[in-house]
Amino acid sequence: MADTLFEAKELHTYYGSSHILHGVDFHVGAGESVALMGRNGMGKTTLIRSMMGIVPPRHGRILVRGDDMSRQPTYRIAQRGIAYVPEGRGIFPNLTVRENLMMAARPGVDGNCEWTFDRVMATFPRLSERLANGGGQLSGGEQQMLTIGRALMTNPSLLILDEATEGLAPLVALEIWMIVRDICASNIATVIVDKNYAALTEVADRAVVLVKGRVAYHGSSAELRGRPETIRQYLGL
Amino acid sequence: MDIFSFLVQTLNAVQYGLLLFLVASGLTLVFGIMGIINLAHGSFYMAGAYLAFGLTSATGSLLWAIVLGIPLAMLFGAALEALLFVHLYKREHLDQVLLTYGLILIFEEMRSILVGDDVHGVPMPAFLEGSIPLDDTLSYPIYRLAISAVCIVLAIGLYLLIQRTRLGMMIRAGSHDRDMVQALGINIKLIYRVVFALGVAMAALAGMLAAPISSVAPNMGGQVLILSFVVVVVGGIGSVWGALIGALLIGFADTFGKVILPEFAGVMVYLVMAAVLLWRPAGLLGKG
Repeated sequence: MADTLFEAKELHTYYGSSHILHGVDFHVGAGESVALMGRNGMGKTTLIRSMMGIVPPRHGRILVRGDDMSRQPTYRIAQRGIAYVPEGRGIFPNLTVRENLMMAARPGVDGNCEWTFDRVMATFPRLSERLANGGGQLSGGEQQMLTIGRALMTNPSLLILDEATEGLAPLVALEIWMIVRDICASNIATVIVDKNYAALTEVADRAVVLVKGRVAYHGSSAELRGRPETIRQYLGL
Repeated sequence: MDIFSFLVQTLNAVQYGLLLFLVASGLTLVFGIMGIINLAHGSFYMAGAYLAFGLTSATGSLLWAIVLGIPLAMLFGAALEALLFVHLYKREHLDQVLLTYGLILIFEEMRSILVGDDVHGVPMPAFLEGSIPLDDTLSYPIYRLAISAVCIVLAIGLYLLIQRTRLGMMIRAGSHDRDMVQALGINIKLIYRVVFALGVAMAALAGMLAAPISSVAPNMGGQVLILSFVVVVVGGIGSVWGALIGALLIGFADTFGKVILPEFAGVMVYLVMAAVLLWRPAGLLGKG
């Protein structure tokens, strides 16, 4: 396995008094793509929000490149090279498309500037036609391209995509998947949550399945594809 | 009213409105971005005027007082945010009003202890003392023109800061979704601190600029606070450009109200506010 980029150990996370994550262990190697799977309400988004420090875990540790980031604010975790595309997209509707991208621009942890404004424009040509539009005026697919583009502007080592294709027309979703595939093939590590299990297990190296806030399965995604009974049991397909 | 007195009143209205804008823009920014109702904002105006008085006495020049006073006001604002206001972001408006009203009382008492309750004056810089003659009897003081010029430069600077810089983009983004801004690796708390300190400095600068043309007196923050809230509400809460339009409107209503309808001068500003709110309940540039 490649160097461990991100590691969560024994995470217990609560929303108020409800106990969502029950001791989750999770790790991502450098450049690796991990599918985070599970039915609705099993704790996928909570795990991601704990990883980002948005909902800090009550117990357990978060390590980025071996450094303990458990009690660090979200922006410090993000500055260590982790970018987050949240469910529901999180664009800034009061900023133009160009501003949404420019405000996030920074070199990566190792100083790399591979992702520039121009490269994002080349990757998402549809955005280049709408630079002066407000973020709120875009279609769902364009908004998704904007959040992915904005995350790439931070030159991340790890990109977390939560339901990136949800609610999109099939052709638009296909376009997003092609871009996700390219990102997975690059040196950027990814954690992907998506309802399209076929596409997901195909792009990901590894799969982790959450059931009721616990890791019920982890293994290579090729192996999971070959075990339809496991998929049926945990994902209800 | 002949053309020259009309001109004089117009210039007065613009100057008064622009000065109100300096105070109100900080109030509306802090509300729009951090969601804080700050009743103590008028105290920063008063603090600026007293700072001008103290520093002009010490250095001999209002210009030096301003040069020294602005960084002092920013430091004071940043410290106040770090010690007190940082605890208000997740609290209700009632808590905010209680704390900031308490601050008004503390600031007034501190002023009384430190400087006393006398009324003071501040001399204007010598090179701005003259007047520009308009006709045989009327002339217009250069100092008031200078105030307007400084305020216009600051309004343009604020526009460029908010609309054209990355800091401005982060400020605007933070008013919409602070978690997302943080997830992009941006320290939103630092941005809040900068915005708050900027608001304090602008209100204090307004007080420093106004010191030579109005007396430096106890409770001078109160009247400015009320008018600033009127400006913020008229312009649309949270909108800086609304505050600019609102401030000019209130400047004109107040100045011309005193000339044209002196018996209604006290209520003119509020009549304008009521009329605007009947027409646009969220204020001129308010949303919703």
